Amino acid sequence: MSAAISVSDLVKTFGATRALDGLELEVATGEVHGFLGPNGAGKSTTIRVLLGLLRPDSGTARLLGGDPWRDAAKLHRRLAYVPGDVNLWPSLTGGEVIDLLSRLRGGLDTARRAELLERFDLDPTKKARSYSKGNRQKVALVAALASNAELLLLDEPTSGLDPLMEAVFQDCIRELKAQGRTALLSSHILAEAEALSDRLSIIRNGRIVQTGTLADLRHLTRTTVVAETEQHADRLEAMPGVANLSALDGRVSFDVDTDNLDDVMAYLAGLRIRSLTSHPPTLEELFLRQYGDELEPGHEQVEVRS
Amino acid sequence: MTGTTSLLRLVLRRDRVRLPVWVLAVVALVYASVEAVANTYATPQEIHGYASTMGSSPAAVAMAGPPVALDTVGGIAVNETGVSALVGVALMTIFLVVRHTRAEEEEGRTEVLRSTVVGRHAPMAAALLESVAASVLVGAGVALSVATLDVPAGGVLLYGAAVACMGIVFAGVAAVTAQLTAHARGATGLSLTVLAISFLLRAVGDVQGSWLSWVSPMGWSQQVTAFGEPRWWPLAFSLVLTALAIAAAVALAGRRDLGAGIVAARPGPAGAVPRLGTPVGLAWRLQRGSVLGWTVGIFLGSAAFGSFSREVSSMVESNPELADFFAQSGQADLVESFLSSALLIMNLIGAGFAISSALRLRAEETSGRLEPVLATGVSRGRWLLGGLLVTLAGSLIVVAAAGLGTGLAHGIVTDDPDAVVRMLGYSLVYLPAVLVLAAVTVLLFGWVPRLAAVAWVTLAISFVIGYLGQLGFPAWFENLSPFTHTPAVPVSTVTVAPLATMTVVVVLACALGLVGFRRRDIG
Repeated sequence: MSAAISVSDLVKTFGATRALDGLELEVATGEVHGFLGPNGAGKSTTIRVLLGLLRPDSGTARLLGGDPWRDAAKLHRRLAYVPGDVNLWPSLTGGEVIDLLSRLRGGLDTARRAELLERFDLDPTKKARSYSKGNRQKVALVAALASNAELLLLDEPTSGLDPLMEAVFQDCIRELKAQGRTALLSSHILAEAEALSDRLSIIRNGRIVQTGTLADLRHLTRTTVVAETEQHADRLEAMPGVANLSALDGRVSFDVDTDNLDDVMAYLAGLRIRSLTSHPPTLEELFLRQYGDELEPGHEQVEVRS
Repeated sequence: MTGTTSLLRLVLRRDRVRLPVWVLAVVALVYASVEAVANTYATPQEIHGYASTMGSSPAAVAMAGPPVALDTVGGIAVNETGVSALVGVALMTIFLVVRHTRAEEEEGRTEVLRSTVVGRHAPMAAALLESVAASVLVGAGVALSVATLDVPAGGVLLYGAAVACMGIVFAGVAAVTAQLTAHARGATGLSLTVLAISFLLRAVGDVQGSWLSWVSPMGWSQQVTAFGEPRWWPLAFSLVLTALAIAAAVALAGRRDLGAGIVAARPGPAGAVPRLGTPVGLAWRLQRGSVLGWTVGIFLGSAAFGSFSREVSSMVESNPELADFFAQSGQADLVESFLSSALLIMNLIGAGFAISSALRLRAEETSGRLEPVLATGVSRGRWLLGGLLVTLAGSLIVVAAAGLGTGLAHGIVTDDPDAVVRMLGYSLVYLPAVLVLAAVTVLLFGWVPRLAAVAWVTLAISFVIGYLGQLGFPAWFENLSPFTHTPAVPVSTVTVAPLATMTVVVVLACALGLVGFRRRDIG
């Protein structure tokens, strides 16, 4: 089966700002793809290009086998979109907005609509102007999830939702994944992406810097080890792949690259291990590693600032 | 009131372009007219001619104000510039006050400010201070413009003060309306309604010479008779009303929650009616209130004009000099010329609907509401056409209301039932011109969306040409206005060529706007 989204070498500039700078992105049909990045990295710009709202300067983007700019309206019948910042018509009620957007897409599953209103605990008779941010978000979510769209573009869909509603949202995404539907989930809530995504792409300054399954990404990164040994582990500092070493009262703590884990463990074993804890990197750590290097000059070439 | 000074600085910082533009625009309009008056009415004969025609023409009185000292160049200047200056300064303060009070509150920015050390009434106080200062500046600019003529200094000062007071009164009015509705649009609409009513009251009052002029804030500013027998006391009414309005606004503000209006919200339908499922249905739903408001307003305004028509004919009968003038100028029927200017003015105002309706396209885009619509199966073309259809239908209704209003009132006072259909037909002649302005808006929206609001400038130019046309602008300038090309029915006969040309212009401009809109980024 072909990819649901396939983006290659995409460039989009706004004046002097290079919002997308050679972006590459592949989302396979049937997967939930996490799209992570800090504010201003280009997540929303990418989604707007995929929706045919923005015209890329160069590069190609394919969506459900079509051209997102040329075939916009045709493709949109097969997808649903939840914007990150939901703006609704103040004089329309939530229920009216849900019906309107569904009909403009070409149909509405009324039973599913009623069920989602119930699950998200949303009052459809209120005027949009009186909804809180969370409730506006729910309106957009119900409108998107009530559709039978095969692809969902979700731009930070849970911003403003309380933890209870976030759990409901995660259930809904798992359900649609079980139905074989595809979702691109942009987020900076790492726990959410970690819980839902089959694969992840991390975007920074308009470019994808990491992509793969969570396991793939972990493979690229370091494991944190805390060990207590009978003999002093004084050779650790010189071993390849070891970083952030600190020692205190015979206890050492360090990060080690996955490729060097075996050697390091063999060395530690020879020193008679008394206690050992190690954990794989969480998404938080992946993320911090990807972005935290701004604090450590010299690790990466200087980015062109806009 | 704590924090008013800081907020005033914020307000002035945010308006550092807008405020000078408003002040200069109003003053420049007045200055240009004063220049024109100085050139056009240089000899005693010319001045006398002005006094005998304008002073006894009800249409002129209804539009310009009480005929005072029209045999002096100062009186002529006031008569020619008064309405632009007074309406201009009132529009300025209405927009400024609403922008810094209700609009800020609706956007949620007031909440952030109020969480700091800022008192409940500080935002309103800052907006009012800015508006008062701006009104005084406009008044001073108007006074300086008129002072370039050979006129008494006392009158100049009084005229400037009258203009400033008009701005100050409507700053107070806007402060009250900003408390009533939860939305800036509603607050602006209410204030503009008050302005329209005070214009109409003084128009009727001035023509009849009745007390109605004295219940209108605009009337007070005109009753100072700056170059007749100058009197300052009518401005006391303006200041008292301003004080009462501010007291009312403060009282209302103390009684409501932040973000809420005095009118509470009710629950609405849980689902959409079938009609609300297409771009046209959505556009109609969003604009139906505005169509209704404009239709009622234009109908009432036109009816007020139409109801003068009997006074117009009795005036001709009692004034042979006037009859001679019109006979010589080739305008055989004074009533018809009156009706023709009534239709022109009402349709110029009605064009405001067409532009604001077309600008809804841009408002939908900037508010982020267009994005989810275009993310559904709706193409850009279908969405734009939906909006255009509503603009077309709404403009047709508003233009028809101008004809029906004039015709009905004219028919009633002259006992001529056929007038309704006749005036309706005459008014529809203006539809192409009205739509040209909407089409220009669409063209701007398609290619230079950031400048879409410049469409208002086209209306302002059309207004100046239509309202002050007798001052003799160069032909190329007059040709800029589509209303110049519209036959002045019923005085002139209907010719098809200009109307057909304008219709073609409308279609081409809209099509071109669509081409631009389909090529550009959204947002």
